[in-house]
Amino acid sequence: MSTTTTQPPQPETRADLSRGSLPRYFSPALLAASASVVAGVLLAFSSFGVVLWALLTAVAYLVITVTASVRIEGRRKATDRFVTAIVYGCFLLAMAPLVSVLWTVTLNGMERFSGYFLSVSMNGVLPSMDAGGVYHAIVGTLAITGMATLISVPIGVLTAVFLVEYAEGRLKRAITFFVDVMTGIPSIVAGLFVVALWMMLFGPGHLNGASAAIALAVLMIPVVVRSSEEMLRLVPRELREASYALGVPKWRTITKVVLPTSAAGLTTGIMLAIARVIGETAPLVLTAGSSAVSINWNLFDGQMMSLPVFIYAQVRMGGAVNYERAWAAALTLILVVMLLFFLARMIGRLFAPKTR
Amino acid sequence: MTTTDAPQAAPPPSGKRRIGDVVFAGLARSSGILILLILAGVAAFLIVQAWPSLSANTTNFLTTMEWDANVRENPAFGVAALAFGTVLAATIALVLATPVAIGIALFIVYYAPRKLAALLGYLVDLLAAIPSVVYGLWGIGFLAPQLVSVFEGLSRYLGWIPLFAGPPSPSGRTILTAGVVLAVMILPIITAMSRDVFHQVPQGHREAALAMGATRWEMIRLAVLPFGKSGIVGGAMLGMGRALGETMAVAMILSPSLMVSWNLLQSGNQTIAGHIALQYPEATGYGVSALIAAGLVLFAITLVVNMAARYVVARGIKEA
Repeated sequence: MSTTTTQPPQPETRADLSRGSLPRYFSPALLAASASVVAGVLLAFSSFGVVLWALLTAVAYLVITVTASVRIEGRRKATDRFVTAIVYGCFLLAMAPLVSVLWTVTLNGMERFSGYFLSVSMNGVLPSMDAGGVYHAIVGTLAITGMATLISVPIGVLTAVFLVEYAEGRLKRAITFFVDVMTGIPSIVAGLFVVALWMMLFGPGHLNGASAAIALAVLMIPVVVRSSEEMLRLVPRELREASYALGVPKWRTITKVVLPTSAAGLTTGIMLAIARVIGETAPLVLTAGSSAVSINWNLFDGQMMSLPVFIYAQVRMGGAVNYERAWAAALTLILVVMLLFFLARMIGRLFAPKTR
Repeated sequence: MTTTDAPQAAPPPSGKRRIGDVVFAGLARSSGILILLILAGVAAFLIVQAWPSLSANTTNFLTTMEWDANVRENPAFGVAALAFGTVLAATIALVLATPVAIGIALFIVYYAPRKLAALLGYLVDLLAAIPSVVYGLWGIGFLAPQLVSVFEGLSRYLGWIPLFAGPPSPSGRTILTAGVVLAVMILPIITAMSRDVFHQVPQGHREAALAMGATRWEMIRLAVLPFGKSGIVGGAMLGMGRALGETMAVAMILSPSLMVSWNLLQSGNQTIAGHIALQYPEATGYGVSALIAAGLVLFAITLVVNMAARYVVARGIKEA
């Protein structure tokens, strides 16, 4: 090949340059055409299914595009069109489960989702009775997640302050590395850790809401550290230097300048961390129990139900009514998570630091 | 390297340490150290509580398949079958998710319209926001019944491959279904890591490729993929770590079992995490301690995978 680099083969280059190209409307037109033809054929055989339709449309589009492009534009452009179609397909493929989860949860959840469902507990309700709700689970979720937040926010934010403002050398690298590693701890291992801790401190059989909160805090701390660290790094250096120049001590600079400037970002990060742990199930099954039926506000006494565990427990019971309750609770949980995400976005947007 | 006594970075002019500075720096430093202690504590408490059952175990913990631990004496249990199921499910998830995730990352960074890219990336991140228990419910309530006909097709046409030998489970609740759900769950992680490195590809590399007349795909193949390799590998390993430890989706889809089977279309496999969640409520005698021992194995596996992933990513960034 090295001999040809100085003199590229003349005729081929000319052929490449004079090759035609497919019109701009080719792709959308072909996609629409293959989609409608496939739909028509499927309807004619009365075997219409969304998945089958999407699959056949994609295959038809790919085959026709590549053959047409090889004929008219040449092999290289054809490969490019092929990859483009695949890449678009990957994205659509990822959207399928998202849409499907949200759709099935909404559809199935609406059957039982009501003010009644949200406002009563399962106290005195037999598993197969057409009654009961998730009030006790909402209470448990709020209490446990609230306590986990109270534990992990100070530790997480202070660690981020340490990493950004103070730490140097080996300790900084060790903490950064192990915070990363900690994000990968399986949630069930965090639950087992608290089970082991509680067995040593109090003996077996003393699990309660507080132990569940500690398990969630173990999962939440690294997330808070990560997001807070990023936000603190966004604070302009000039702000700190201006404060030092006025003779303000370092700790006052951090508490009065750095933290207020990044407050919106910190809050957003904390909300996202809450949204992440509020759906955790495995550690709660191990710690707060999965059989509580009544309202319990006391974190330090007895089992506590929570929304995710409620879903799991109802599915384990397996009856039709149980599945209905599980879907409705899943809808509740998704609404809570989406609300947190939405609030986080709003806070991040409304209170973003004004650097100019 | 200088001294690690950090607060000296900005000494107060008088040379005297203010009491507020000392207290605040001490607080920040101790919460950093507390995190290290928590991680060490996780390992330590798991080992201490796993020890009674491990020392009383009458068989080899790592090679035994049965789980006879809910007794007062002479327990016999091991994680061999569970470890097999765990790795199998995570591998299925990884094989399914990685190519799709790379495609999504390429789409968001290089193909999607500029104005929409951020929004579309946010949509992919939403996949990570759905709780795993909801994925589990979706898995048994919607996906498993849908997959039954797919499984029948697989066993009919690809049945000569041992992985797809029939007869397929009529409920669809098999390790392959669990793997599909896990793949959906790890998709956002791998996508996010790949996106990050694709964004870091030097513009000069890409423009050089395009200036030579490369098509968009040739630009990606020549400039983007070689640069992003470490990020993709690291992201895939992080996804693997997540899939290994994922509990709820697996516990809800698979039924309690201790088989080792290469047949993906039949029920029988179970993972460590799923086993712990399913067995814990009924554990008596040495049961809880044995489950903690299983959790210790899971902890060790995920720790190694995650540390390796971070190492790969960090080295890739340094080299680039």
